[in-house]
Amino acid sequence: MATYAQQVYVVCIRGVYSRAMSIGHTLLGLLESGPRHGYDLKRAFDEKFGQDRPLHYGQVYSTMSRLLKNGLVEVDGIEPGDGPERKRYAITEAGITDVQRWLATPEKPEPYLQSTLYTKVVLALLTHRDAADILDTQRSEHLRMMRILTDRKRTGDLADQLICDHALFHLEADLRWLELTAARLGKLAEVVTR
Amino acid sequence: MRSAVVGQWYRDLAMGARFTFTGGREGWVRAVLTAFGVGLGVALLLLTAALPSVLSGRDAREAARQDRGIGYLQNNAESKPTDRSLLIADTDTEYRYQEIRGRLVEPEGADAPLPPGVAEFPAPGEMVVSPALAELLGSDDGRLLRERLPYRTVGTIGQDGLIGSGDLTYYAGAEGLAERLDGSVVARIDRFGSSTDQPEQEVDPVLLLLTLVVFVVLLTPVAVFIATAVRFGGERRDRRLAALRLVGSDSRMTRRIAAGEALAGSVLGLLFGTGFFLLGREVAASVEVFGVSVFPSDLNPSPSLALLVALAVPAAAVLVTLVALRGVVIEPLGVVRTAGPARRRLWWRLLLPLGGLALLYPMLGQGSENGEFNEYLVTGGVVLLLCGITALLPWIVEAFVARLGAGALSWQLAVRRLQLSGGSAARMVNGIAVAVAGAIALQMLFAGVEGRFTEPTGKDTSRARLELVLPQDGSIGAVGEKLRRAKGVAATAALSTTQVSATAKDPERWLGVTVGDCAALRELARIPSCRDGDVFFVPDPADPVTASLATAGRTVYFDPSYSGEEPRAETAWKLPAGTRKATGRADSLRPGTSGLLLTRGALPAKSGSDLSSTVYVRTDPAVPDALDEVRNAAVAIDPLIRTWEWESTQQAEQFTDIRTGLLVGATAVLVLIGASLLVSQLEQLRERRKLLSALVAFGTRRRTLGLSVLWQTAIPITLGLALALAVGLTLGAVLVRMTSADVAVDWASVLSMTGIGAGVVVLVTALSMPPLVRMMRPEGLRTE
Amino acid sequence: MTPPPAGSLLVATELRKAYGPTTALDGAGFSIHPGEVVAVMGPSGSGKSTLLHCLAGIVTPDSGSIIYNGHEMATMNDARRSALRRSEFGFVFQFGQLVPELTCVENVALPLRLSGASRREAERTALSWMARLEVDDLARKRPGEVSGGQGQRVAVARALVTGPRVLFADEPTGALDSLNGERVMELLTEAARSTDAAVVLVTHEARVAAYSDREIVVRDGKSRDMERVV
Repeated sequence: MATYAQQVYVVCIRGVYSRAMSIGHTLLGLLESGPRHGYDLKRAFDEKFGQDRPLHYGQVYSTMSRLLKNGLVEVDGIEPGDGPERKRYAITEAGITDVQRWLATPEKPEPYLQSTLYTKVVLALLTHRDAADILDTQRSEHLRMMRILTDRKRTGDLADQLICDHALFHLEADLRWLELTAARLGKLAEVVTR
Repeated sequence: MRSAVVGQWYRDLAMGARFTFTGGREGWVRAVLTAFGVGLGVALLLLTAALPSVLSGRDAREAARQDRGIGYLQNNAESKPTDRSLLIADTDTEYRYQEIRGRLVEPEGADAPLPPGVAEFPAPGEMVVSPALAELLGSDDGRLLRERLPYRTVGTIGQDGLIGSGDLTYYAGAEGLAERLDGSVVARIDRFGSSTDQPEQEVDPVLLLLTLVVFVVLLTPVAVFIATAVRFGGERRDRRLAALRLVGSDSRMTRRIAAGEALAGSVLGLLFGTGFFLLGREVAASVEVFGVSVFPSDLNPSPSLALLVALAVPAAAVLVTLVALRGVVIEPLGVVRTAGPARRRLWWRLLLPLGGLALLYPMLGQGSENGEFNEYLVTGGVVLLLCGITALLPWIVEAFVARLGAGALSWQLAVRRLQLSGGSAARMVNGIAVAVAGAIALQMLFAGVEGRFTEPTGKDTSRARLELVLPQDGSIGAVGEKLRRAKGVAATAALSTTQVSATAKDPERWLGVTVGDCAALRELARIPSCRDGDVFFVPDPADPVTASLATAGRTVYFDPSYSGEEPRAETAWKLPAGTRKATGRADSLRPGTSGLLLTRGALPAKSGSDLSSTVYVRTDPAVPDALDEVRNAAVAIDPLIRTWEWESTQQAEQFTDIRTGLLVGATAVLVLIGASLLVSQLEQLRERRKLLSALVAFGTRRRTLGLSVLWQTAIPITLGLALALAVGLTLGAVLVRMTSADVAVDWASVLSMTGIGAGVVVLVTALSMPPLVRMMRPEGLRTE
Repeated sequence: MTPPPAGSLLVATELRKAYGPTTALDGAGFSIHPGEVVAVMGPSGSGKSTLLHCLAGIVTPDSGSIIYNGHEMATMNDARRSALRRSEFGFVFQFGQLVPELTCVENVALPLRLSGASRREAERTALSWMARLEVDDLARKRPGEVSGGQGQRVAVARALVTGPRVLFADEPTGALDSLNGERVMELLTEAARSTDAAVVLVTHEARVAAYSDREIVVRDGKSRDMERVV
């Protein structure tokens, strides 16, 4: 009982960080379609994913230097002037592999991870990967979690059942959102690749 | 306030009417099914409403073409030709059991009357024919008839001159008829049409009873049928009404909306019915049922009856709908059938048939002698008895299936279904049960009164099949000889008759004389030895005086004269010494023959003028169409030879008409009811499509489901037929007692009627099998 | 196409089926072990139900093979397949599977009687199954008189009464609320596991699919076995 409650809360806390952790992959993904300046990258990110929280330049700068250090991007050219926004970045082979791996890895089923999933789906569409695959993979991962919860529910007491149901309903909501998104992939593809 | 109520009513009814037509494909199907069913019923009702005009039209035309003079006017033979006179000879004949009206005509003046429907007199050797006869003559079937009527067809007879579309009639031009004028077969007339109104024939009360019962028996199932038709698709309608309750209509409003739907359906049915009727009217011209054919233009429903149909059918539809809704509570969330349907009570159901019997009881024995039937009591009684079936059957079906145990799976499925909705199952077979009960009762009535209307003719058809009456101027010897050699003839007996009197002038005592050869005479009396020239005497036990005239050596006279008239031949003849007594045969060709029997050689040479001669023909069974071959031979010898076919019985004509009507009607009604059974069967199946598919999914054999459908119909039908049998036999017995005839049950015909009813059910089940199989396909599982 | 794992009870490969111009299945595959519960998921109209109908031998696919217990079903005639459905398969549908005029126990006994069992014996077995699904008190009621959840449990009892080796369930909880739906799913999977029956569970609800061991996704007539992809 205690372990399970912990697990659920851990899941919730991790959700807060998930966005920060995915910025690097998102910027990498945006670079896949061609080299860009730091400034362009920020603009593209804000336009596609940052409706409610635009990126700071600082975030872009620190993220890009981490990616440079890890060899996932390289500097393609430098405009006259100073500052990171003057550099033009291009993705490396290692970078592409990293994006691929990230997209193919299902997210841990967590409440409130739509934004990450949304980002993944859009990136997949932008980079002409199969977005339906991502959704299927994710559903599978969700179901795996739901099976565990369902099983626990079956053997647990009433409190167990109630807590599990809470999690199950949230996971189900995710999945329903996924189904809906899958059903609208065609339309979404039109919008994001415009 | 009042207008507001009216407006509300109007709105609800109109909404219901709209539902009839706007329910999507399903709604249309239902509307069309209902309209089809109601339409068939309406068409039958309109047909009934048209009967009076059909009959009057036929009667009028029949009267208009009468050529009175033939066989009626005594002095016709002495009439003189004028420029308005027409000589006409009756050459009616029969071909393959169809009667053909034939006339030879010879106008004597420019103003000779034309027969109705004939534009111009045919010249000698030519004829005008009715369309039906033209068709018969032109067909392969008409080969023998073409030989008999060796005239060239130059025109057709118009509708004015024909009784019905199937009328077989011809007028042929002739010459020299004046010489053969006899006022019997050949006459001189100056106009067509009956000269005086014939006295209205008093209708026999029993015939009236029969007519009444036939109508009631035929129309009651039609009414039952219409009542069933307006309930097609009832369950779906109920669900729709529930949806209306959900959006706020109260239960009165839903009832009005349902009434509006029924109204619209029945009005559509009226339109369909009118269409069917008009269509049927056109088809009617080419149909001849049991020898009766009609012209489309005769089929005019009388306006008042048509109006009655137009008003009564929608009214009945609304009434039936409201009564059907009585046991149903339509709630916003669905339809609640008054749970565990109130146990059907027996007592009032028994009231109907018992009331019917009570109405009929005072009529018992009324038909015997100069009695009269009260038409209203009879009609009411019969209707109540028959409607009693529709009231009793649901109770019986329910009581019966409630006691049925389980058997095989198909049986269990059927029984359980009947237990749940025995009422609707009973409704399906009500029509058939009523029709069969009525038909059985009528059969009994017919069997009971048949003796009154069917007279034995006392003729032995194994001795002779045809009787050929020669015109007076015919030569018996030549004709007899020719006939003997004709195709299809096995044997002939030629007999002539005349009389002899005791005195030459103003005779008072007469003796019959029959002339023929030895073989022919032996057909009449026991004659041990016979040679040409012999004379025999058969005494008449009722008239001993004649014996004194027939003593050997006595002189008698052929063709005596009367004072005040032109003198006649007065041929004297002395009875020869060898005159012998003989006794008549009990099975004589001419029962009751007495007097002198002369062989041809014994007849004095000059006495031939006043003989009337007949040739009896026994046909050769080995020759196909022997009857028609002989008739052809006779006509070839002389068209004025009249040929009669011997039959062992003869029936009063009106009686035959009624029986014909019954047969036609019963067939139509059963077909109609079969159609309605099929429709409701299919509707039921369609509603269960999903369930059927599910049953097939877990491996139910098609045979099991098919059998359960069969049981489902067979059980109520068996009960229905049993009840029909009981009611029919009771009604039949009462009706027969009313005519004071002996009650006798003709089991063969009762069983055949029941069999026809059962056959309809089997046919319907068979016809619903292909759709059933189609519905059992897994496609039914797919969610729409 | 990876070959199906050995020991499968029911294996389908490359199934194609079209209804007129509509393609319902376009190369779908499937496999299931004894005792396994497999959810078939996918958006509506994707061909889930058609896949189930093909697997159950209700519908014959236009092409492809379905092997049940080592026998090719495509070559069986209708009588053979019907017999298979009677004896080896059980069915639960969303709607319309209880015969309204039969009592609940007669409904449950129906498949046994189809296989020729006597009425008495069939109803005794039926009653024991109804007890396991906790609806034995409804035995003498008619389907119209019981609630949706109860009716569905009766339907599950009927599907299991012959001891089928494969249970086909097409949206078995589609018409039920969550509580009743879950109860039905619990009873269904428990009963199936206890008899080692395989369950093919068509559903679009994740919480129902969570009762399965693995899921197959059908989209546009193609299937995807998620276990072997990941």
